[in-house]
Amino acid sequence: MLTIAGTEFRSRLFLGTGKFSSSTVMADAIAASDCQMVTVALRRVDLDNPEDDIMKALSLREYTFLPNTSGARDANEAIRLAHLARAASGSSWLKLEVTPDPRTLLPDPVETLLATEKLVKDGFIVLPYMNADPILALKLQDAGAAAVMPLGSPIGTNQGVLSDSMVEIIIDQARVPVVVDAGIGAPSHAAYAMEMGADAVLVNTAISIAGDPVAMAAAFAKAVEAGRTAFVAGMGQRSKQASASSPDDGKLSSDLGFLA
Amino acid sequence: MFKTPDFIQLGKQVRSATAEDVEHALNATRLSLDDLAALMSPAAEPYLPKMAARSSEITLARFGKTTQLYAPIYLSNYCTNRCVYCGFSADNLIKRKCLTIEEAEKEAMILHDRGFQHILLVSGEAENAVDVEYMEAIALRLRDKFAAVSIEIQPMSTEHYHRLFLAGITAVAVYQETYDRNLYKKVHLSGKKSDYDYRLETPARVAEAGMREVGIGALLGLGDWRAEGLAIGYHLHWLRKKFWSTAFTVSFPRMRPATGEFEPLEIVSESNLSQLIFALRLFDQDVGLIVSTREEARYRDGMLGLGPTRYSAGSCTAPGGYGNSDGDAEQFSVGDHRSLDEVSAIIREKGFDPVCKDWDCRFQITDY
Repeated sequence: MLTIAGTEFRSRLFLGTGKFSSSTVMADAIAASDCQMVTVALRRVDLDNPEDDIMKALSLREYTFLPNTSGARDANEAIRLAHLARAASGSSWLKLEVTPDPRTLLPDPVETLLATEKLVKDGFIVLPYMNADPILALKLQDAGAAAVMPLGSPIGTNQGVLSDSMVEIIIDQARVPVVVDAGIGAPSHAAYAMEMGADAVLVNTAISIAGDPVAMAAAFAKAVEAGRTAFVAGMGQRSKQASASSPDDGKLSSDLGFLA
Repeated sequence: MFKTPDFIQLGKQVRSATAEDVEHALNATRLSLDDLAALMSPAAEPYLPKMAARSSEITLARFGKTTQLYAPIYLSNYCTNRCVYCGFSADNLIKRKCLTIEEAEKEAMILHDRGFQHILLVSGEAENAVDVEYMEAIALRLRDKFAAVSIEIQPMSTEHYHRLFLAGITAVAVYQETYDRNLYKKVHLSGKKSDYDYRLETPARVAEAGMREVGIGALLGLGDWRAEGLAIGYHLHWLRKKFWSTAFTVSFPRMRPATGEFEPLEIVSESNLSQLIFALRLFDQDVGLIVSTREEARYRDGMLGLGPTRYSAGSCTAPGGYGNSDGDAEQFSVGDHRSLDEVSAIIREKGFDPVCKDWDCRFQITDY
C-alpha cells in the first residue's frame, strides 16, 4: 500500500482531469483507471457552486480530491489559490504547481520551494510539482512536502520519462513518496517509471486525448500494476554486454595467475 | 521596442516561398519565421487540408478536447478617433451612449445569468467617458462574479494597466489593425489612435504591467493579409522572447459591414482566414487563437478543433444591447447569432467540452 500523509492508497495511478471532451468521459475514465486520487485545476472548477459540472461528476467519497494551483505564476498566487480551495472544499490536500511560463508550464523551483514552506506551516498537505532536480527534491522534503512530483518530460508532450537518471537519484534519496508527473504518454512509460521504483505516477493528457479515453485509462492501470510488481520482484541489473541465461559458459574472465 | 519589418518586404518574403519551402515548414517541429512566411504564401494554398490536419493535431495535444467561450460587453461607443472602417468613428452620426457603472453591471449580470463566466469589456476611445477610474470601478464590481474579465479599450500606460490588474482585470486585447505604417496613416485620419508606434508598443506595456494575457491581431480587409499574418508572427515572436511569463492570443477580426460607407480594401476569403489560423498554430503551438461571432455559424462550426481555442457567443456590439436590443448603434453586425447554449451544444456534438471558466479573478487580487 502507498501511504501519503497517513492516507493509504491501493492504486498507484493518479489521474488529472483536464482536456477531456466532457465530464462524463472524464468520470468514466477515472472509474476505469481504478485510481483513488484525482487532481483538479482550481481555475476550472467553481467550488462554491454545488452544480459545477466537473465536481458533480466526481464522487468525492471514492477519491481523494487533490486540488491543484494550475495557472499560478508565483508563490503568492499559489498560496492564495490554496487558501481559497481549502475554504471552499474543506480539504487540505494540495498539488502545488507554480508555472510562470504559460507555454512550457515548467515548474519554478524558487517559488515552489517558497510556497511549500509557507503552505506546510499553514497546515496543508503539499505535493509539489517539480523539475527532476534531486537537490530540490531534498529541500522540498525538508520543507515538509508530503510527497514530491518530479516531471518525466515537459507536460503534455507524451515523451515519457526522459529525466530518468535524475528521477532515479530522487527515488534513491527520498524519505517521502515520489510520484512521477507530466510527460507520461503511454502505458509503457508508466510501467517504466514504476519499474524504476517510483511510488506512483500521475497521468492526464495521454488518457484525456486518446481515441478511447476509458480503454486507455484501463491500460494505464494494468501498466502501473505490472511496473510495481516488477520493481517489488527485483529487477535484474541492466548490462550492455550479452550474458547467457544459463551462466558459466563464454563469460569474460581475468587471468589472476599472478596471485601468490 | 518592437519594430515592424518593412511591410513591402514582408509581402515579398511571403510571395517568394515555393512548394518546397511549404513542405519543409509542414515537416518541421520547430518553425522559424521563414517557415511561417512559407505557410502564409500562395504556394501553401494547395496544402490547406494538410495544414488543417497538423494544426488540429497540435491544438488537441496542447489544449485538449476543449473550446473556451466568452462574450463581449460594449460599454461605450463615444470615440474621439476618426477611423475610416469603424462604425464608432467620431464623424458617424449614430446614437452615442456610455453605460453608467450600474448599467454595465446590469449588462454583465444578464450575461452571467445566461451562463457566461468570461466577459470582454469593449469601448471606443474617449477618455472623458472611459478612463482608468471608470474601468477600475467596473472591475471591482464584477471580479467576484466572473472567472475572467478582459478589456479591449484604448491603449493605456503601464501604470494604469497595473491598477486594472490589481482590480481584477485578467487580460487586455489591443489590435494593431494594420501593421502597414503607410496604410495605417491613411485609415486613421485623426485622434490619438493615429499614432502607429504608441499602439504598436501597447502589448509590451500590458505585459510589463503583469497582465496574464495579451491579445494582438490585425483587422482583416485593410491590408495585404499575408503580410499582416507574417507581421503578427514577428510581433508575437518578439513578445514571447521578452515577456516569457505572459500568455498571448491572436484574434482575426475580418471586416463586417459597418455604419458609414466603408467597404473592405482587400477581400479576405474564409479559405484565406483559415490559412492564416493554421499557419499561426503551426508556428506557435501554445498561442490562443480567437474566432468571434463576426464569422458565420457554418464557418465557426467547421473550424472547431482545427486550430481556434476560443469563441465568443451570443454577442451584441451595441452599448446596453443585451438589456435593450433596439438594434442600432452597433459597431458591426455579427455573423453568428446563436446563444451560448446553442453554441455549446454544437461544441459538445463535435466531441469537445465548452469551457466557460478557466480562471478566477480572486486568484490575482493581492489584498484578498
